Amino acid sequence: MAEVQYVEATRLYPGNPVAAVNRLNLDVADGEFMVLVGPSGSGKSTALRMLAGLEDVNEGEIRIGGNDVSQKPPKDRDIAMVFQNYALYPHMSVGENMGFALKLKGVGKEERAAKVLAAAKLLDLEKYLERKPKALSGGQRQRVAMGRAIVREPSVFLMDEPLSNLDAKLRVETRANIAALQARLGTTTLYVTHDQVEAMTMGDRVALLKDGILQQVDTPRNLYDRPGNAFVAGFIGSPAMNLVKVPVSDAGAQLGNLTVPLRAGTAAAVRAEGLKEIILGVRPESFTASESGNGLRVKANLVEELGADAFVYGELPGQKTIDTGDDGGAKPFVVRFDGRIPPKIGNEISLDVRTEETHAFHPDSGERIGD
Amino acid sequence: MTDTELVIPPSGNAPVTRVPVRADTSVGRVRSALTSRAASLVALVIGVLWTIPTAGIFIQSFRPKTGQDSAGWWHGGPFTLDFYRQLTTGLHGNNASSLLPYITNSLAIVIPAAIIPMAVAAMAAYALVWIDFKGRDWIFVAIFALQVVPLQVAAVPLLRFVVSGWHVGSTTIVPTLGLAGTVGAVWLAHACFALPLAVFLMHNFMSEIPKDILEAARIDGASHGQIFRTVMLPLLRPALAAFGIFQFLWVWNDLFVGSVMSGGSDTISPITVKINNLIGATSGAGGEVLPAAAFISIVVPLIVFLSLQRFFVRGLLAGSVKG
Repeated sequence: MAEVQYVEATRLYPGNPVAAVNRLNLDVADGEFMVLVGPSGSGKSTALRMLAGLEDVNEGEIRIGGNDVSQKPPKDRDIAMVFQNYALYPHMSVGENMGFALKLKGVGKEERAAKVLAAAKLLDLEKYLERKPKALSGGQRQRVAMGRAIVREPSVFLMDEPLSNLDAKLRVETRANIAALQARLGTTTLYVTHDQVEAMTMGDRVALLKDGILQQVDTPRNLYDRPGNAFVAGFIGSPAMNLVKVPVSDAGAQLGNLTVPLRAGTAAAVRAEGLKEIILGVRPESFTASESGNGLRVKANLVEELGADAFVYGELPGQKTIDTGDDGGAKPFVVRFDGRIPPKIGNEISLDVRTEETHAFHPDSGERIGD
Repeated sequence: MTDTELVIPPSGNAPVTRVPVRADTSVGRVRSALTSRAASLVALVIGVLWTIPTAGIFIQSFRPKTGQDSAGWWHGGPFTLDFYRQLTTGLHGNNASSLLPYITNSLAIVIPAAIIPMAVAAMAAYALVWIDFKGRDWIFVAIFALQVVPLQVAAVPLLRFVVSGWHVGSTTIVPTLGLAGTVGAVWLAHACFALPLAVFLMHNFMSEIPKDILEAARIDGASHGQIFRTVMLPLLRPALAAFGIFQFLWVWNDLFVGSVMSGGSDTISPITVKINNLIGATSGAGGEVLPAAAFISIVVPLIVFLSLQRFFVRGLLAGSVKG
């Protein structure tokens, strides 16, 4: 049990002036499940590997339980790691794989066997202890990798995309199992994923990284409801939030044919800065079909029916949606509809916007404006 | 991709499900290429052609000197076991030309001469692949480049090193190691000449092992030595076995290094040197025992090869075919 602190931790690769992890400050409380999420190349895996001792910490420090471990080898950090490809030792049986760390530590044979068996029971692996990893399914291998970490009773678990090699159904199951197991063991956990659904469902808190820089750390709820900048707004949520650069006046933001009034705090901040335009963010579910017919007009180019919901992909005449991801190009404007009354493709639909659910971001910096 | 092994009939408008035939996968391609009828025939013909000389020597080894001198081996009998007796238990109380002590000599040379480069190369390859230090790629290239040095060119300098150490002017850099005339000199020579290839093979095999496994072991608390012993060595076993068999056969059949480094001593000369001495250098006298001697000398490598050939094939193919 221990808390983890990144203090201005930086990783520079030789020959590359841009830091892979840039002055990361992050506090993970004892027993917390912290998810590091971000697009590929965001430095989330590097940050985890720095904590593991597999990457150097070039500047700053990393503390586990208050002790600076930046210069210590992995074995002196009291951590266990689950790898994306599981990294099981192919020539050892499941039991030997799980007991390897204890064997190296000089734990006696009987105590080792007892601990391995206890972990195997926890993960439903008792039947497979004699098997080689080769003879296991993907899900079983994943559990062995978890077991190898659990057996050691470390102060911190590190998990590097442990679910990405599983099929979709198993991933959802295992996701819940890992979260439940972590809650039960109460071990501080850092979990890396590129999947924002995993981040939202598993983490006590989520840290979102982009280009080696920490964007925001918060509970999943807050990350969703109050994204700190346009990138976070676009990354969290599926389908992504609609982000549109719109002109702004005293009456509100001009979204398509509709003037969306800004909340008092936001409007005050816009006035104070003298902004002529803002990035307006509206989640797909913040729309309702307009009853008056005087709502926002959107042409439905594509309708995806998912049963309960229908997602309408359309375009706003004269305005482009911003993609905060890698390519920065235009994205369709997405609206969630009731699945039972989907619009026809090609029709124009009229929408009301729940103004209390809109977000405003600075047009240049992308920072959140107002509350 | 047009050929299918199994077509699941579509129900409704579902598209036909095509299950790829074996020939579409890379393993399948290799396998079907190896099982073609024409290829089998060609392999058979090559096998027979290559066996004819060996079979000829085998028959010749049972024919008395008069038979050998007057007609080729395909004329057949009469046959005798005299040459085999002469070369093993001795004939008419004379066992001067017995090969048995030399089989022991050869084993005493071959086993260490195979194990030493295996051990050194595995450790060198571990360092070159998994330990990050400056210039390791250049060192690897340099080691492999040493392959171009011919044995015959290096033999005399190596012999001089063994006899008198290494001196530059009057400065002694390496003193005499006292290996001259001992079996250690033969081991050293064989190990030196085998290392470039051994390091190359081990390096390539080792770099195919996923890095994750090494990192997992480091996090589990293993030192480099422990990773090498408990994780890498077991995974290297097929490559080590393949190289070990190679080296065993090569050293067993070696005459050149054996005769240069053993200095003609009866107590350490390998069997090849003895066989070479059975025949008079200028007269050619004694040539009639050579076929039998050749067969006695290949008994050991034959046993090694037949009992370990599965490692041999597996090691050579390792990593070349995924699946």
